[in-house]
Amino acid sequence: MVRERTRVLNLVQAVNEALDLALSRDERVLVFGEDVGRLGGVFRVTEGLQEKYGERRVFDTPLAESGILGLAIGLAMGGMRPVAEIQFAGFLYPALDQILSHLGRWRHRSRGRVGLPVVVRAPYGGGVHTPEQHADSPEALLGHTPGVKVVIPSSPERAKGLLLSAIEDEDPVFFLEAIKLYRGARAEVPEGYYTLPLGKARVLKEGKAATLIGYGGMVEVMLEAAEVARKEGVEVMVVDLETLVPLDEETLLEAVRETGRAIVVYEAMRTGGFGAEIAARIAEGAIDYLQAPVLRVAGYDAPYPPFSAIEHLYRPNARRVLAALRKALTY
Amino acid sequence: MKPQVVQYLNKGEFPLGEEEALRLYRAMRRARFFDEKALTLQRQGRLGVYAPFMGQEAAQVGVALALGEGDWVVPSYRESAMLLAKGLPLHTLILYWRAHPAGWRFPEGVRAVNPYIPIATQIPQAVGLALAGRYRGEDWVVATSIGDGGTSKGDFHEGLNFAAVLGAPVVFLVQNNGYAISVPRSRQMKVDYLARRAEGYGMPGVVVDGNDAFAVYLEAKKAVERARKGEGPTLLEALTYRLAPHTTSDDPSRYRPKEEEEAWRAKDPILRLRKALEERGLWDQEREQTLLEALEEEFARELALTDQAPEPRPEEIVEHVYAEMGPDQRRAFEALKRGFHLEEAW
Repeated sequence: MVRERTRVLNLVQAVNEALDLALSRDERVLVFGEDVGRLGGVFRVTEGLQEKYGERRVFDTPLAESGILGLAIGLAMGGMRPVAEIQFAGFLYPALDQILSHLGRWRHRSRGRVGLPVVVRAPYGGGVHTPEQHADSPEALLGHTPGVKVVIPSSPERAKGLLLSAIEDEDPVFFLEAIKLYRGARAEVPEGYYTLPLGKARVLKEGKAATLIGYGGMVEVMLEAAEVARKEGVEVMVVDLETLVPLDEETLLEAVRETGRAIVVYEAMRTGGFGAEIAARIAEGAIDYLQAPVLRVAGYDAPYPPFSAIEHLYRPNARRVLAALRKALTY
Repeated sequence: MKPQVVQYLNKGEFPLGEEEALRLYRAMRRARFFDEKALTLQRQGRLGVYAPFMGQEAAQVGVALALGEGDWVVPSYRESAMLLAKGLPLHTLILYWRAHPAGWRFPEGVRAVNPYIPIATQIPQAVGLALAGRYRGEDWVVATSIGDGGTSKGDFHEGLNFAAVLGAPVVFLVQNNGYAISVPRSRQMKVDYLARRAEGYGMPGVVVDGNDAFAVYLEAKKAVERARKGEGPTLLEALTYRLAPHTTSDDPSRYRPKEEEEAWRAKDPILRLRKALEERGLWDQEREQTLLEALEEEFARELALTDQAPEPRPEEIVEHVYAEMGPDQRRAFEALKRGFHLEEAW
């Protein structure tokens, strides 16, 4: 992998570059969804792609999420590699039948004859004062679907390589992009085509006091909390899960065994959220190492508030992570 | 104005070549033979729950035979006749209804996918499959089927709208058999003919007598031809009736009158076609007998094949979830293979 030259890009630009490379490399790749063509997507993620690849390969669909998912499934069945965009992850709900009954199940119900190399991209999460229903984090819902993968990048550089892997993958992949990071995260991104492995978690920061575990938009929150703790002399480990399904349990458990304390951070509602799965895995695989209960810092058991004035109270921030850290350390 | 219902048999017309007509009859008779056998097997406990199609042979076989070999069928669970006519081996179909994993994998050469259980979800997928042919430079057409109840679902609307907007080569067959399990058509929709809706999507809509094999076959052929020429999708509504229960678990006497069933039994699509063939001297009792004996033989042979299918292995539960097994499937696979399910708690 040659990755000499880099430029500073935001997440929108990194994803756009990945789509551009995938379209140019493989004729079977198609990009479609609502407003992805002429407009270039409501977040401009697909900007310029229709001009470059034509209306046949990058196209607007009618406004119908179930139709988009069904179309993607049929195209993949016929040998294409569709990359469908759902405008906001909270709009995946009308397509849940296609996702739960078919997208995740076709390979199994055809005993391997019909594999579906579909990628569904959707922006998720809060932090930028979106209207109602635009800030949902449905990763646990998707992760509870057998047969699909769930990938949530936390930086432009990771997003580009992971998306290219997702498009190469033979199975359906949900690729959730944190809205907060679209223009908020800027980083050095290598030029050219490169892939990053799915199913691997990353230790972003070493530390012995506790392990913070999260993904996507929560990674910067965890890093901020870790930085504050460091200034007070507490070194914590930070793990970015990156792929929720299949989960890299090995890296996760290793990280928890080293510190004996675990805090899971996610912005979906707490009950049944993906953090509950993480906590259960830790209980199953590392309970003998624990010096404190596994704690969750998550959204409240209520819909994500559309009111920008109180949104910050719902979405986990560094202060709430630090409060949990204090609780774990003084247990 | 009422749409015209396309019919031939009631008018004594014979619009097909003799061989073509005989092919249609044999395929319908074969399908009926399977349906009757399947019901018997189910009663013997040798099939799981089964959805009979008896009475709908003309609709299903008519459309399947109108397709070319390279074309696809995307069926719902009542379309066994369609699958047989499209070339699915009998033993695979039996194994499918036996819920044996070997019956879930349809052979590569057969351009048919597994039947859909959730209602209407196949519709947008059929559109995607049809478009994939275009991208690949192949001119395959996709025929997909749904019952009248299924047309109430959002996916039916989304799929038809997508097909029209994207110009997908699809034939949408609605087998209007009068009931969505127990709910009659009058409680399902306020429109007299579903084909009327076609105009709302911007595609041709055709109503055919679904128990008239000539009508279904010829209209399906036109629709397939249109699709192949790049003229887009067609909605084909076949007026028909399911003579048997919804599934082997259903009791239709609770929701529909005997007289209604009897009236439709008189319009049995197989008897109607047979009568037309007999009138032209193309069929008789002797030929029927020969055909039935051949079908009996074929069925016995294919059923014997299913007995040779290996016992499902416990670890098959977690196979084919992903192209490559993930760590969680791998762990379960090893455990199931060791037979832990008999000895240990998970």
